Amino acid sequence: MTGISAPSDREQQVLDRIERVRKRRAKVKEERITLSHGSGGKATHTLIEAVFLEAFRNPLLEPLEDAATFTVDGGRMALTTDSYVVSPIFFPGGNIGDLAVNGTVNDLAVSGARPLYLTAGFILEEGFPVADLLRIVESMRDAATAADVSIVTGDTKVVQRGKADGCYINTAGVGVIEYPGRLGVATVRPGDVVLVSGPIGDHGITVMLARGELDIEADLESDTAPVHELVATLLAATPGVRAMRDATRGGVATILNEVAQAADVAVVVDEDAVPVGKEVRGASELLGIDPLYVACEGRIVAIVDGAEAETALAAMRGHPLGASAAIIGRVKADPPGLVLLNTVFGGTRICDLLVGDPLPRIC
Amino acid sequence: MRYVDEFRDADTARALSAKIAGLCEPGREYKFMEVCGGHTHTIYKHGLEDYLPENITLVHGPGCPVCVIPMGRIDDSIHIARQPDVLMTSFGDMMRVPGSGGNFFDSNAEGTNIRMVYSPLDSLKIARQNPDKHVVFMAIGFETTAPSTAMTVLRAAKEGIENFSIFCNHITIIPAIKAILDSPDLRLDGFIGPGHVSTVIGCRPYEFIAGEYGKPIVVAGFEPLDILQSIYMLMLQLRDGRSEVENQYSRVVPWEGNLTALRVIAETMELRPYFEWRGLGFISHSALRVRPEYERFDAELKFDVPGVRVADPKACQCGEVLKGVLKPWECKVFGTACTPETPIGTCMVSPEGACAAYYNFGRFTRTRVREASLATVDELAGSARRVPS
Amino acid sequence: MCLGIPGEVIEILADRPDLARVDVSGVKRAINIGLLSEETVEPGDWVLIHVGFALSKIDEAEAKAAMEFLESIGKAYDDEIAALRESEIL
Repeated sequence: MTGISAPSDREQQVLDRIERVRKRRAKVKEERITLSHGSGGKATHTLIEAVFLEAFRNPLLEPLEDAATFTVDGGRMALTTDSYVVSPIFFPGGNIGDLAVNGTVNDLAVSGARPLYLTAGFILEEGFPVADLLRIVESMRDAATAADVSIVTGDTKVVQRGKADGCYINTAGVGVIEYPGRLGVATVRPGDVVLVSGPIGDHGITVMLARGELDIEADLESDTAPVHELVATLLAATPGVRAMRDATRGGVATILNEVAQAADVAVVVDEDAVPVGKEVRGASELLGIDPLYVACEGRIVAIVDGAEAETALAAMRGHPLGASAAIIGRVKADPPGLVLLNTVFGGTRICDLLVGDPLPRIC
Repeated sequence: MRYVDEFRDADTARALSAKIAGLCEPGREYKFMEVCGGHTHTIYKHGLEDYLPENITLVHGPGCPVCVIPMGRIDDSIHIARQPDVLMTSFGDMMRVPGSGGNFFDSNAEGTNIRMVYSPLDSLKIARQNPDKHVVFMAIGFETTAPSTAMTVLRAAKEGIENFSIFCNHITIIPAIKAILDSPDLRLDGFIGPGHVSTVIGCRPYEFIAGEYGKPIVVAGFEPLDILQSIYMLMLQLRDGRSEVENQYSRVVPWEGNLTALRVIAETMELRPYFEWRGLGFISHSALRVRPEYERFDAELKFDVPGVRVADPKACQCGEVLKGVLKPWECKVFGTACTPETPIGTCMVSPEGACAAYYNFGRFTRTRVREASLATVDELAGSARRVPS
Repeated sequence: MCLGIPGEVIEILADRPDLARVDVSGVKRAINIGLLSEETVEPGDWVLIHVGFALSKIDEAEAKAAMEFLESIGKAYDDEIAALRESEIL
């Protein structure tokens, strides 16, 4: 065997010590919020666990899935919320309004719910052009129509010039769960396969380039889209779907880490199998960023019973949004809580949560 | 991607791996140091060590210009950023490096305006677009990056831009390599030489390594096959009893280097008498500062930086890890007080640092990692995937 | 310090001959080729890009030689394995 030696006792002790430290209660060490707390990586998770979960703890919140699911009067429902603060507000492929509708629709969809009603809360900056607001709202209307949802209530606040970066939107969504099976990371087990519905990183790279500071031109668009029909197609095709997640900030790698930790399993990914668009690859190589950590807005990650892998893949590929769907990995028992990557080159590495956003590097 | 994908081919890797293994003398241990942080990154990103026989160890050297910046210089940068109307610009690598009071993100949380840029030219552009602000570029990097900073300063001079300056933290690679070679507790068999630094300085500066110190050095590219081939070339030298400078990266590195690049560095910068390297201490003539002729672009002068020397925490053993004397997990604070989220020393600060790389990869025993992944590969591929053995 | 990516020169900017537009896997950016003033840089050339500057022109002949060496190693290995297999069958 090459490159492998059994760890000495001393080394094993250190590794065990690290595992214990990592399992300890989350604590936010910083005194002030930094941008890392919003990136979806380790800092975000620590903040959620140490601050929000600590304060609000209840059985519906604890699973920390994309939506909360509960029973009312004999029916199961899903409830979710997201806030949208993207900059720039308009980018190739869409705008903040598209994200605001699709993002919340998608969180409901991956919970097995048929999305029904959305709320829309706006925080507008003094001086924001009404024409821009109209564009955003019209996009939201069109996105809602495409997703078969209605925006039924909302709110508007205006803040002083210099705050709210133009426009912030919060949407909450409610849907009815018609899928009879149980969905959620708790059901994930060794032998399951991991599928992704299409090429990753399109949205994140598009927005990064659209900020204009990098001076990079690419023929790229955000992948923002409502995935409720794709999900419905998948769920109708096979009973073997364990869990689904909307791959947004933090990218696919973050979701897989969440799954690995929540279900206490290992997720092994074949780098070769992960679909990445040509330009996303080029921009990522140029900037030194890993597409696995870059946000999508119209892609799902689905964990499916291994025996149903091909059925699930065919179902996804049969839908326009899943045309490039792929099986990218498998769930194993060991080593629990970790995501491993079999590299294109044939080696293996661990794919951990990032602390904050993936940052362009020169080194 | 052309000139990239061809150098990531797994089948060729297996072939090279077999050849390397074939050159190993039974019972002999080999230690090669890759100097450059970019090489460390490639090695871990692609799982390259899986292709090396057990008796070859790669020691991760101090070639990470982010890791070796002393905390005091970060504090100085933040001091500059706090001045009225200053807009600081920095490469992404630096944003999370902690000074004594936090990193650049923390500093922004307290009100500074430190922005990420991809190129020093972007920084100049920001200066043009914001005439009411003074834009400072935090210049870091070895000789690879110094020419770009130099060109930017020359451009600023040509255009008569007055609201731009640089905080110069460029360092030079040869003194660092020499410090490693002179270190009494280190036994290395050869070096994997820094590929991109060499596009600027060429291969001649390494001749003393092979000549005076008798160690082979192969200047290597950054794709995994480049590094594997370089190791193969080092093993051949050892087998033949040679110690020479070889250029594996000849498609990019010219033996004589880039004379224009060297010229613009010399025009705008000069060597400091000494500079502190985190983990390695003070090294003479190892860093650059702005020449007097261009002092109007020197942020260090403009902003009267405190220049306080901040010692590393006592517990920090980065110096020994950097020199390859200690393995990451042998450091007393590794994994407990010192983690990627709360780094104490340089080796944990950057993802390329030896400790960060080991923490992220070696946390679980490599045997278990490899077994788990091999089984999956077989299942997924459905066919026998050959493994170097 | 080390992140350098190969890119193909698409055009030299008419008003700024020290700038070139390069293509990296479909992504385009203007970079400064002033460090290559001792050489001619033309559309179709490949350069190594680092922080918005071209540090070096990629030598196609050397690249070809490098690939041929690697391929020969690969082929020799495959031949050996094939020979090994055959000898086992017999």
